[in-house]
Amino acid sequence: MSVVQLLTPEGQRVSHPGYDINLSDSELRGLYRDMVLVRRVDTEATALQRQGELGLWAPCLGQEAAQVGSARAMAPNDFAFPTFREHGVTWSRGIAPLDMLAMCRGVSNGGWDPQVHRCGPYSIVIGAQVLHGVGYAMGIQFDGAEDVAVTYFGDGAMAQGDVNEAFVFAASFSAPVVFFCQNNQWAISQPRDQQSNIEIYERAAGFGFPGVQVDGNDVLAVMAVTKVALERARTGNGPTLIEAYTYRMGAHTTSDDPTRYRLAGELETWRLRDPIERLKVYLARQGIADRSFFDHIEQEGEELAEHIREGVRGMVPPRPESMFDDVYAEPHARMDEQRSKMREYLASFEDYVG
Amino acid sequence: MTEQHQQVFHLPDVGEGLTEAEIVKWLVATGDSVSVNQIIVEIETAKAVVELPCPYAGVIDALHVSEGEIVPVGSPIVTILVTAKAEDREPVLVGYGAKAEHEVRRRPRKSDGQQAAVAATATGTVTAARTKPLVRKLAKELGVQLDSVTPTGIGGVITREDVLGSSQNGHATKQPVTPAGCDDRQPVRGVQRAMADAMVRSAFTAPHVTEWVEVDVSRTLELVARLRIHVAFEGIRVTPLTIVAAAVIQAVKKYPRINSTWLETPEGADILTHHDVHLGIAADTPRGLLVPSVKSAGAMELTELARSIHTLIETARAGRSTPADLTGGTITITNIGVFGVDGGTPIINPGESAILAVGRILDRPWVVDGVVSVRPIMQLSMSFDHRVIDGALGSRALVSMANFLADPAVEMLMGPTTE
Ligand SMILES: Cc1ncc(C[n+]2csc(CCOP(=O)(O)OP(=O)(O)O)c2C)c(N)n1
Ligand SMILES: [Mg+2]
Repeated sequence: MSVVQLLTPEGQRVSHPGYDINLSDSELRGLYRDMVLVRRVDTEATALQRQGELGLWAPCLGQEAAQVGSARAMAPNDFAFPTFREHGVTWSRGIAPLDMLAMCRGVSNGGWDPQVHRCGPYSIVIGAQVLHGVGYAMGIQFDGAEDVAVTYFGDGAMAQGDVNEAFVFAASFSAPVVFFCQNNQWAISQPRDQQSNIEIYERAAGFGFPGVQVDGNDVLAVMAVTKVALERARTGNGPTLIEAYTYRMGAHTTSDDPTRYRLAGELETWRLRDPIERLKVYLARQGIADRSFFDHIEQEGEELAEHIREGVRGMVPPRPESMFDDVYAEPHARMDEQRSKMREYLASFEDYVG
Repeated sequence: MTEQHQQVFHLPDVGEGLTEAEIVKWLVATGDSVSVNQIIVEIETAKAVVELPCPYAGVIDALHVSEGEIVPVGSPIVTILVTAKAEDREPVLVGYGAKAEHEVRRRPRKSDGQQAAVAATATGTVTAARTKPLVRKLAKELGVQLDSVTPTGIGGVITREDVLGSSQNGHATKQPVTPAGCDDRQPVRGVQRAMADAMVRSAFTAPHVTEWVEVDVSRTLELVARLRIHVAFEGIRVTPLTIVAAAVIQAVKKYPRINSTWLETPEGADILTHHDVHLGIAADTPRGLLVPSVKSAGAMELTELARSIHTLIETARAGRSTPADLTGGTITITNIGVFGVDGGTPIINPGESAILAVGRILDRPWVVDGVVSVRPIMQLSMSFDHRVIDGALGSRALVSMANFLADPAVEMLMGPTTE
């Protein structure tokens, strides 16, 4: 099967034999707004790290369509399990940008209430959230609910034992889960072709569920493909592996220098496939959005950036002893003991205000 | 009402746990207006070259660090005069910890007895000098007593500069030390340093042999002229260098060994012969000599090869080559003819086994069919690593390149059949 594409890099709407999508004008404008604002959050966070305001940031630059398209396809009660790079997913789940940045500033252990947003915390441990997602999906089955879990991971994670074990369980139990792999061509400095001898989506066949490859820079195709996979899972037909073919345009994280291992020409090639540009061209050409709409979104982005800058600088570090609060859901004797020992220790300093 | 105040931007830790960085280049000067997130400086850390965006909008009041200086994370690097809302909040900068006062080591509360004892001894606390292991080591090497050094770092930390400054024979990094006369002494850094290291490594490990040959390039020039007007080459720059590149690639296909790497191993050594030809092209750029390579040049059509070489050189001249562009070559061409030179003894790029120097093309008297006539002549000089390539192989490879240039159209048609 060919890679699913509904919008070419030139902004041309094309059809695909297996997938289609019909969105209202305001939904289309909404997707554009999401992607532009996510990019603004992302570039602002990257700049803040360079200014010493954040310890670390993993940019999602270039992957906005894959993230927004898939997360916006989810129903409110579905549950997302993101990695550290999924700012477009968390945005789409209604999480405030400042909450995304809090962990990277070291003032929060997670940033939001997973239950409220139906979205797990950023997983730094590669592949761990895929197990969590499948476990959650099996829980949905026990509950007899109709929700679906969507787990996000990268091309590099495909080689992780956890991920493959999660595939086996999901297949064996027909768990209502969607495996959303963003193949952004790199796992830090390891290129995609050193991670698998066959296409990533083809690996699903070995586990016994369908795999589909979608143009990850085409927000419409991503949304169409994800909706089908969600429906399949929701109706008891088990998992799907979606490979969103995309590109990490920025560094792996702010600690990384991709110019040491990537050729200059590669980025230029992918710039021509930018996910936001093609939707913009389409919206403009179809008369769905005009100059004033684009300007307005631009302006909204600038205000958001300002809000983030101010907000980050004003973040108040938590009290050190609060680190014990979320280790267990219930009160716990050992934690209480450690908390009071820490208080004692802190109180031994002159400047401690209890 | 607006008021102006100064905001100091301290060098952040742009990696995870980096301790220092070199200020590579200032993109602004005192008095310049800057906007939020405008890139103002390039720094180089142990991990990367990074551009820093300005956290404040305003006017540059002072640059505290000059280019080439290495400063610890947390050092003030620039002060910006900000015209802003009256509220003045000192940001807590997690990238390198909280601001200075917060970083000062916290003092334990003392029991009454202890306090009296302290009061009796001195006002200041007697503690070991605060500095980093590397600086401690430097101090030891230079014979500097740490407790005699006045710290200037944040929170009373002794910096590298402090140690260098108080060392008698200190080679302070701030200004290159110029001996009494007026000779000019410049620190060697960046591209120049990298080139120097690479050349020393190669020249003193690989036994170099250089051979040369002269060739009549009339037919090469003819072919270049015809390709330039060929429709397939529209918009593509074809030069004699394009044909030289094709000659080298064909020679590699005939004699793969010239496209090898000498590898020291615990058991002895291996010779790694590469399947792909990643063709290095030495380029004279404003930043110095760079050798980016055309990756997988061996698999390219002539049009693609011509285009790739051109973009490669343009990218290098514009200073946009990535380190990945600049590494991974397997054999190199250096065009010294552009400087008006005939030949030379080029030094092999480390990790490679051969380098071809291409001389200028000059009309010379040349004997053709027993008659002296005027022909455009070019000299090819090739250095090779004698551990990998012996004299016979090196000579054959060089002659095959010369033969290619003597009649490129026919050689291309014939392909890499070994004689
Ligand atoms: C279990 C584990 N192993 C190794 C790492 C270090 N690490 C962080 S990101 C990464 C590569 C991930 O690549 P990919 O899955 O393609 O995701 P991407 O970063 O491209 O989004 C690795 C190896 C980790 N965080 N966790
Ligand atoms: Mg990846």
